[in-house]
Amino acid sequence: MENNSRRGFMGKAFGAVAAVGAVGSLVAMKKSLDPLPSVKAAGFTTLDMSMYEEGLMITEKWRGKPIFVLKQSSEMLTKAKENPKDIERLIEVAGSHYMVCVGLCTHLGCIPAFRPESNDFKCACHGGEFDASGAVQMLPPPRGFDIPPFRIDGNKLVLGEAGPEWQAMKDNGITL
Amino acid sequence: MAHFTKATSVKDWLDQRLAVNKLEKVMMSEYWIPKNINFLWAMGMVLVITFVLLVVSGIFLLMYYVPTTAEAFNSVNYTIMREVDFGWLWRHVHGVAASVVFLIIYIHMFTGIYYGSYKKGRELIWISGMLLFITFSAEAFSGYMLPWGQMSYWAGMVITNLFSGGSLHADGLVEWIRGDYVPAQAFLGRFFMLHVLLLPLAIMGLIGLHFGALRIPHVNNQDGEEIDFDKESKKYLDGDKAGSKVMRFANDFMSKDMMVVGIFLIFFFYLVFYNYGFAMDPVNFDPADGLKTPTHIYPEWYFLWSYEILRPFNIDLGLVLFGFAQVIFVLLPFLDRSPNTCAANRRGKAFSIWFWLMLVNMIVLTAMGKLPPEGIFSTIGLVAAIVFVVQWLALPIITSMEKKV
Repeated sequence: MENNSRRGFMGKAFGAVAAVGAVGSLVAMKKSLDPLPSVKAAGFTTLDMSMYEEGLMITEKWRGKPIFVLKQSSEMLTKAKENPKDIERLIEVAGSHYMVCVGLCTHLGCIPAFRPESNDFKCACHGGEFDASGAVQMLPPPRGFDIPPFRIDGNKLVLGEAGPEWQAMKDNGITL
Repeated sequence: MAHFTKATSVKDWLDQRLAVNKLEKVMMSEYWIPKNINFLWAMGMVLVITFVLLVVSGIFLLMYYVPTTAEAFNSVNYTIMREVDFGWLWRHVHGVAASVVFLIIYIHMFTGIYYGSYKKGRELIWISGMLLFITFSAEAFSGYMLPWGQMSYWAGMVITNLFSGGSLHADGLVEWIRGDYVPAQAFLGRFFMLHVLLLPLAIMGLIGLHFGALRIPHVNNQDGEEIDFDKESKKYLDGDKAGSKVMRFANDFMSKDMMVVGIFLIFFFYLVFYNYGFAMDPVNFDPADGLKTPTHIYPEWYFLWSYEILRPFNIDLGLVLFGFAQVIFVLLPFLDRSPNTCAANRRGKAFSIWFWLMLVNMIVLTAMGKLPPEGIFSTIGLVAAIVFVVQWLALPIITSMEKKV
């Protein structure tokens, strides 16, 4: 009986040591798999918005993802103003309107192609379509293009940093 | 200390120290296999041999493969394919075996379902087998990342995206799995590790469990007959080999097994030498490019059926049904409520129809998964996916109404 309780104590003591060790190693393992500081530090892209031409779709790169930048021509802007859902998606920098979006279809992540003749995007994977402001014009995508976190800095746009304009868009459910 | 005598032979020397005679009996000559079986019972050995082929070819590939995003593509497509003497052989053996192993696994699985080899004491054989199927799937997927071609990259992107859980938008989890915002060096490094170390270790452990689970209930037979192995083996050892219902694992059963393996290997190396193209997607011969999606992203043929269950629905329902399809086979021994252990065709009409419909439906799902999701194909795919789910929901009902045969 005495032996049993001693063994019981030793068992519990080892269990306690092992439990602390197990929790500690799980924390270390979880942290080891996190994105590295260098990866996170490279997560910002600054775009000089004065470089873009109206109606010309340019693909930039942010966090390895394609970013569609489309300075709205007056024709696109007129069309966007007809639909409040569209105009809300545009970013105004130094008096001009831009569509700046993550160029991945919100359905399954393929990259849609821009069609200059109709000023819209078509995804070859499952046929989804987006208009010149990045809103869905044909299913299956569940929502318009995601808008990356941005901060307006004069005529520059810093991607990866959440500025008040982006926060407002997020709060209003325009982007995720 | 145990008592040792002067050895009379090398075998005796080993026997005194390792009990090799006992071991040989337990593992081989007195491990009893029913006689009432057919060539489908050889699929286990075919799988063992295919796994060995994968390990050996993998070892040779591993010596030249470089797991960095800058070098991976060239180390496979230039160094291994052009520079290493017979490098092409290892790559084609590895690629073809990875594909063929799933064909054999599916045959092995449906053989088990047909003959009821997951019932009455054999549940653990089935469960460990399904865990092997899941780890083999993970092994195949992680290996597919390594050449770092367009299909590697985009399959990696789409599959890791599944972990965001649809509307849950668990993007943090996805970034943690990738170690980056998109598949990049951290992603390649960890999938390389999984492919060459952790998953093969898990597979070897599970193979041990699979064989161990087989030991006590023994191999099933064509009639699902409950054999008294003690009685039948005694009959065999007493000299009535013809009257006994069992035979030795080695060399009796092994000789037939290896005959089937021989035929399989001829077919296998025919594929390796003359028809390896099916295992080498042309899209994956373009290096990975995060700014360009291939026109169609589709998995290898062996994942198509579950991919097709994901595809016709909206993202959330699709994910739920995809998860359902991945795990539901594991639960088969508990969903089948019937007391009968025998061939599907003899268990009455309902289960017989269930079995053949399941087999045909999975082939239909596979075919639809490969075709572009347009028009009639997308309708057929939707119907087939619904039939798949309904069949599993109906299984406990139809089997509990089954009459004892």
